[in-house]
Amino acid sequence: MTRHWSLPSFSLRCLHVWRRNLLVWKKLALASMIGNLADPMLYMLGFGYGLGRMMPDAFGGTTYIAFLAAGTVCSSTMMSASFEAMYSGFSRMHVQKTWEAIMNAPLDLDDVVLGEAVWAASKSLLSGLAVLLVAAALGLCASSLALWVIPVILITGLAFGSLGLIVTALSPSYDFFVYYMTLAITPMMLMSGVFFPADQLPPAVHLATALLPLSHAVDLVRPLMSGQVPAQWALHLCVLAAYAIIGFYLALALTRRRLLK
Amino acid sequence: MSHLRVRALRKSYGANVVVNGIDLDLARGECFGLLGPNGAGKTTTLRLCLGLTEPDSGEISVLDVPVPQEARRARARIGVVPQMDNLDPDFTIRENLQVYGRYFDLSAAEVNARIPALLEFAGLANRGDDNLRALSGGMKRRLTLARALINDPDLIFLDEPTTGLDPQARHLIWQRLRQLLAQGKTIFLTTHFMDEAERLCSRLAVMDHGRMIASGTPRELVERHIEPQVVEVFGDGAGAWAKEQGTRLAERCETAGETVFCYVHDAAALIDDLAARAELRYVHRPANLEDVFLRLTGRDLRD
Repeated sequence: MTRHWSLPSFSLRCLHVWRRNLLVWKKLALASMIGNLADPMLYMLGFGYGLGRMMPDAFGGTTYIAFLAAGTVCSSTMMSASFEAMYSGFSRMHVQKTWEAIMNAPLDLDDVVLGEAVWAASKSLLSGLAVLLVAAALGLCASSLALWVIPVILITGLAFGSLGLIVTALSPSYDFFVYYMTLAITPMMLMSGVFFPADQLPPAVHLATALLPLSHAVDLVRPLMSGQVPAQWALHLCVLAAYAIIGFYLALALTRRRLLK
Repeated sequence: MSHLRVRALRKSYGANVVVNGIDLDLARGECFGLLGPNGAGKTTTLRLCLGLTEPDSGEISVLDVPVPQEARRARARIGVVPQMDNLDPDFTIRENLQVYGRYFDLSAAEVNARIPALLEFAGLANRGDDNLRALSGGMKRRLTLARALINDPDLIFLDEPTTGLDPQARHLIWQRLRQLLAQGKTIFLTTHFMDEAERLCSRLAVMDHGRMIASGTPRELVERHIEPQVVEVFGDGAGAWAKEQGTRLAERCETAGETVFCYVHDAAALIDDLAARAELRYVHRPANLEDVFLRLTGRDLRD
């Protein structure tokens, strides 16, 4: 029991896990990109322009589409990392037994889980970056400060990848992920200021959003895209890093408990 | 040098003792078979040797490397054929080998140089670019075996390597394993097929309820644990015959379903008696490993 909670011990071979996933992704890249990117893009453009026209001045001087673009960068990062860590991760862990095969080579489960978390973050980087690029092309990024969004996407992806891996470690089947999506991801998306400012929520709820990783990502990305240095940026980064690190540690311990019986 | 050394190994899950104090020694170049019914602790023993689960107590050293402490280093020189194929379905045959080779830190050039010989060995020459989904069960098993050899291991673990294969495919796997033994590889296999054990293994151990209950060469096991002759009797009235005559004429009689198994040193009297009874059919054969196995582990179903 205590062994499951021992500190991680990684080897550089975790890179091979990442490269394996990359090779699979390359084979399915086109279909995967369309699936991953079209959805957030459509919401952003549809609501941004359609809804935005009805409320021209409500967003502190910026347009609604610019406001929504920043939120969409974060939410699509979250979605992409979560899906990869849960559905694809579960396939590799439980259905195809890919992790088992890897652990018969000189890699430990610690290497596998780290490789998977970084892989989920890498995939989400692509999703977040795609939205960022479209936003830039539409003139929704005010200055080169927006480049700082890239590391924010990465750490956000790492946080949600780790959280997703926790759910994967606990999941008896694919159906289980629906609970996490409905009970955690969707409410988080609605409460974290993706679609509307979080301070519009009842005060108690607004206070609680400070606990959600997505709201910290949004609080970083939105000012960066509108050309400002985010207030309390170090705090936001620390919260995201804490979710990534503690989330990873939990995911690792739970996966060890599941697989290293 | 001992290729595998296990001392007083124990592992339990809650109150269920799965491995209950076993010792093992494998010398270089030998083929060791671990036999046992389902749930005897074979797979757990194997997982312990690979460092995939931590023992409650005991010592394991694989190729002189302590496990699980330095399991990664030990596994670098081990090949593993798992019970269930876990090849990558999204990759071609060649990619499966290439990606697996990377896990051992082999360079692409090294792996690519090894692939033709491995494909040849697996009977998959010229099929390197085939999709995995196009392969039969036997081909997948052979590819799994080839994959286990990508790092040119000294010691190969096989967990029920031919379960689920047809006879042709099984014979081909056996032939390949003999080739590996001829090359000086050490093999540790678990199986519940007695013919497999008898054909391949120079030494066997029977495991049940977490303990080694017998070990030796296949011939030793038969000599030590069972009468040399077996007469199987079936037909209407076999049960009644066993009660009246069988127990008198044979040293030991066991009934399993419709069949009576008679174990004897000399079957002459028994055969004379049976020959006079038209309603009973019988088969007279030398005792084999399966008889030993059933004698030691019983005839009750284990699942």
